[in-house]
Amino acid sequence: MAERDNIAAIVAEVIAQLQRTGSVALPQGDRPCCGGEGPCGDITAPACRRISLLDHPEDPEALERMRTKTTARIGVGRAGPRLKTQTLLTLRADHAQARDAVFADVDPALPEQLGLFTVQTQCDSKDTYVTRPDLGRRLSEEAVETLRRRCVPNPDVQIYASDGLSSTAIEANLPNILPVLMDGLKGRGLTVGTPFFLRFGRVGAEEQVAEVVGAKVVCVLLGERPGLATAESMSAYIAYNAYVGMPESKRTVVSNIHRDGIAAVEAGAYLTEVICRILEQRASGVDLVK
Amino acid sequence: MKLSTTLAGRHFTFRDVKDVLAKANEEKSGDILAGVAAASDLERVAAKVVLSDLLVRDLRENPVVPYEDDEVTRLNQDGLDAAVYSRIQNWTMAQLREYILSYQSTEEDLKALGRGLTAEVVAGVCKLMSNLDLIYAANKIRVTATCNTTIGRRGCLSTRLQPNHSTDNVEGITASLFEGLSYGCGDALLGLNPVNDTVSSLADVLKRFDEVKNRFEIPTQICVLGHITTQIEAVKRGAPCDMIFQSIAGSQKGNSAFGFSRETVEEALALLRDRGTAKGPDVMYFETGQGSELSSDAHYGADQVTMEARCYAFARPFHPFMVNTVVGFIGPEYLYDSRQVIRAGLEDHFMGKLSGVPMGCDCCYTNHMMADQNDIENLSLLLGSAGVNYILGVPTSDDVMLNYQTNAYHDVGTIREILGLRPIREFEQWLEKMGIMENGRLTDRAGDPTIFTRR
Repeated sequence: MAERDNIAAIVAEVIAQLQRTGSVALPQGDRPCCGGEGPCGDITAPACRRISLLDHPEDPEALERMRTKTTARIGVGRAGPRLKTQTLLTLRADHAQARDAVFADVDPALPEQLGLFTVQTQCDSKDTYVTRPDLGRRLSEEAVETLRRRCVPNPDVQIYASDGLSSTAIEANLPNILPVLMDGLKGRGLTVGTPFFLRFGRVGAEEQVAEVVGAKVVCVLLGERPGLATAESMSAYIAYNAYVGMPESKRTVVSNIHRDGIAAVEAGAYLTEVICRILEQRASGVDLVK
Repeated sequence: MKLSTTLAGRHFTFRDVKDVLAKANEEKSGDILAGVAAASDLERVAAKVVLSDLLVRDLRENPVVPYEDDEVTRLNQDGLDAAVYSRIQNWTMAQLREYILSYQSTEEDLKALGRGLTAEVVAGVCKLMSNLDLIYAANKIRVTATCNTTIGRRGCLSTRLQPNHSTDNVEGITASLFEGLSYGCGDALLGLNPVNDTVSSLADVLKRFDEVKNRFEIPTQICVLGHITTQIEAVKRGAPCDMIFQSIAGSQKGNSAFGFSRETVEEALALLRDRGTAKGPDVMYFETGQGSELSSDAHYGADQVTMEARCYAFARPFHPFMVNTVVGFIGPEYLYDSRQVIRAGLEDHFMGKLSGVPMGCDCCYTNHMMADQNDIENLSLLLGSAGVNYILGVPTSDDVMLNYQTNAYHDVGTIREILGLRPIREFEQWLEKMGIMENGRLTDRAGDPTIFTRR
């Protein structure tokens, strides 16, 4: 009976999602693929990507070996001098996902679910965001006022999330990394500031955030510019005693946080260690002894 | 020197030569970000009108970065061919444009002319040209250079094979390298952008490139594009290396943000001539790109086209084998969309050639720009028509290390076929020997990287 309810709930959710967006995201493991038997169910599925499209390689075993050594798309074959249709369409699909990651907004429900309030930089749109890096580093007046009102002042550590160049990265990683990181830091007896979400934020906004809330350490979890391989890559930029005008070299960076890099949960634990070390040494970036 | 004009019943006045140059630029988001762009289309044209009436002398005498403060300006001004300059110093910029486009000027004339032009003059004439003007004028000029082979001959289109890898795994790099060679890529260079800028990592890849080059007797060049000081150290410790690379800027301050100076390049040159693996004499490789000076606050209030021209002025005295603009890598805050990137690619190629450097182009874009692969295919075909020395080649266009897209291995063969162009002669003969190319076209065997694993 419980199982049946569960299925009914899943079906209801899928139908609701279809009605909202016209498409449904399947979990990675469930994506169908041809397995070489026929037309692919989903050309972007990992299983489908693993199949070489090159007809009659002289040494098929060598080709398989070579393809395990790199994520570059090799052994793809050709139509005359051009790409095969499936290769072309997969590239277009990956580009479309990368574009969506940059230009779509983070689902407003996500920060809410995680108990985060949302503030904004001086950018008023994605378009302003990509063309005006200076504005993406400055908080709006309203944001400054909100942070003063709603954030615990002078914490040891201020964590916040920001869309940066990939909303997809935030949606994919934030729910997993944030609780681990917050609990980890609290477990070390540190005072952790009130987390929030900053829309249209560049890395450099963290200096102003640190000044406004008076944090010893500031750490932003930010979506990175997507490549074709993944649109889900997130980085953490951490600084001790950050101030506006601080040199870049004072930032500590943990990058490549995504399912095929450092998984979000693991990254949360690792970041806890890094932040503790920064607090102990009272230094970040090039000044931090590793 | 007249810095004002009336256009369509409105009066426009400009502050100085730098202001005229900036506002005469075609629209670029980087110039807007820098606060130097024209405020309206009409003001832009007014600046072009004023520019067209300025004399070559006016631009030479008003470099956008002062002589006293900047070694790029000094290299450029001191290295000018005085005889050529004195002949043209009183030409208007309009006259200069028309001379370059005229049937009266031959290729040799234009190459001689270039030696008498400062970067500001080169940039100035570029701003008076339409896209087809830029293609036509650039196509009149070929700049050749010789390392192990000779690049840039009329009728040739070469490629830098860029087998980048997300962790510098040498076997993975080799796999991409074989794939690229099997498509007829790599006659300009086998060149990797390393993830790890360390001497040992660079040396490992250089050794592999050298082994492949020697084992298959490939007539080409090798390079690993670490920081210039890392490459120097690798060569000192005995790594095989044909060419040393560095990204350059149009001001000393910009170069210093990149962590090198004129002396560093001189050191690299002397070292390669002594211990490099190439025949030479041209052994430097430079990359440029509009906007890099602004990104390091080293633009001195000048526009990005003028700063880009100054890169070529800096490159020229070092006789590079290759120079390319990485035109769409920098992002939409400098070049907003495909229109701006295509324009910039054509500008950079023209300015590089007129400055006398052997010019290629990384026709590329990032995923946060308003451009896609179609735009970059357009640009590469336009540049093929303009006689570009080389473009890039990566597996299917997706660079898995730099996270951007450039030309696919598949593109150069296509463009060669369409435009009747060939690889560098010795490389083509090698491709024929390997059974990859026949009569300038890929064979059935092409595109199979395993033809290199069976030997």
